[in-house]
Amino acid sequence: MQQRPRTADYRPPQVPSVDEVAAKERASRLASRSIKQEAKVEGLLRLITMLDLTTLEGADTPGKVTSLCQKARTPDPDRDYPSVGAVCVYPPMVPVAREHVAGTDINVASVASYFPSGQAALDERVEEVERVRDAGADEIDVVINRNAFLSGEYGRVHREVSALAEASGDAHLKVILETGELATYDAVRLASRIAMDAGADFIKTSTGKVKPAATMPVTLVMLEAIRDFYRETGRKVGMKPAGGIRKAKPALRYLVLVKETLGDDWLTPERFRIGASSLLNDLLIQLEKERTGRYHSKRYLSLG
Amino acid sequence: MANICRASRKDFRDAVVEAREAQDGWAGRSAFNRGQILYRMGEMLESRRQAFVDVLVGTAGYSADEAVAEVDVAVDRLVYYAGWTDKFAQVFGAVNPVASSHFDFSVPEPSGVVAAFCPETAPLLGLVSCMAPVIATGNTVILVVENDAPTLALDLAEVLDTSDLPGGVVNILTGYREELREHVGGHRDVDAILSVGASTEERTILEREGAESVTRMEFRPDRSPAEWRSGESQSPYWMTPFVEFKTTWHPVGR
Repeated sequence: MQQRPRTADYRPPQVPSVDEVAAKERASRLASRSIKQEAKVEGLLRLITMLDLTTLEGADTPGKVTSLCQKARTPDPDRDYPSVGAVCVYPPMVPVAREHVAGTDINVASVASYFPSGQAALDERVEEVERVRDAGADEIDVVINRNAFLSGEYGRVHREVSALAEASGDAHLKVILETGELATYDAVRLASRIAMDAGADFIKTSTGKVKPAATMPVTLVMLEAIRDFYRETGRKVGMKPAGGIRKAKPALRYLVLVKETLGDDWLTPERFRIGASSLLNDLLIQLEKERTGRYHSKRYLSLG
Repeated sequence: MANICRASRKDFRDAVVEAREAQDGWAGRSAFNRGQILYRMGEMLESRRQAFVDVLVGTAGYSADEAVAEVDVAVDRLVYYAGWTDKFAQVFGAVNPVASSHFDFSVPEPSGVVAAFCPETAPLLGLVSCMAPVIATGNTVILVVENDAPTLALDLAEVLDTSDLPGGVVNILTGYREELREHVGGHRDVDAILSVGASTEERTILEREGAESVTRMEFRPDRSPAEWRSGESQSPYWMTPFVEFKTTWHPVGR
């Protein structure tokens, strides 16, 4: 368990301002890199292990979560592919997911703290995190209070995330910044820093409920914040882009981004995750294409 | 005169993605609405009649009379299949006599995504004759065009664009079929293939590659422009190879 710094009166840190044009340019340049066959297969397989297979719908049922877990364990029953990193569900579904990934390396992640809006009193949000922790979640995805952040109450944001971090106990805490609501890259950079200061194990772009969700430049800005935080404090915080990543090709580009910004230490499921619901099938389609040389169809795959 | 795109297997792959995405929505439209859109294509083509005649004369080496005839028949052919859209199911569907207390009926449903290798002759009419019967029943299509006047295919794309045809229903690739056929045949997300004027070699390759995913195959010989214009080159039986018949057994009686 890494130490989580806590201070009673938190002063918002000075963070370097972000050159928006340069961030976009660098992200698009890294995105244009060509990834050839062997590296592509390796990347696709690794992406499976880095996947937080997600279902966060009002219509989720135990049956749907059960089949999601099945898919998480054996992405393709005909092939010997690795299982995914985690399944990510709403709090009431945690016991169901727990039961169906028992005996595997797959973690159960749950959103909490009044996801996706975070619009509730702090003690209610803390209580939800505790409940999810006690229900057996290995990872807890919480949202920051954007209302407070956008009003300039950075101390409050820090205090709240610290409280959520404490409540999460041994579970890994992923802090969602909801970058689509933060307006500028400078704000993303500052929010990243505040979340890391407050003890986030991961920082995550989006809930998936707001557009734009994860983008390459925003991820780059957050990765750079992680890099600088590591240089300053020696603590390695993980990164999780989530929302809108549906195809293998952009997913591979995120790996390039991580590799070039943070290096191999972050190219593991412990420090990099992608939150997605429909990406897995496209990864399987591309793997099948590399295996057989024929373009594949999702009709051969299970739903999800 | 023009630089024409030379489609690669990746362009084909992308076209299949588009066609697949559009297929449900296209098949979900009422047959009457598909007919309206095909009819509109005919109208739009007719409104650009002279432009197409000029290209047929200038690029494809047609005589003026032949060019006029080809454009006019192309318009008529679109109208012909527009009329078939909402009659096809009545004519080819059936209520089947069965020896049990079931109401048993068969209805045609579109195969899905169809790839079509278009004829080398009749650069306009050949294209229309391949496209219209395929999309009329609710399939989406990828047309592979290799002939002496490929700009005509692109002009036709402009006509389609102004006909209320939803994006992705018709996808036109100009390029060498020899380079594409193996990938077209092997693509598992292609439900059926129409090949006009296939060489023995092409036929072998398509059948071999398509066998694994049991892709429907329809081979037709190429024809002269005059033959393409004749009534022999349009028929509801140009639609039947690209539908699947679904039979339903509905319990009735005591």
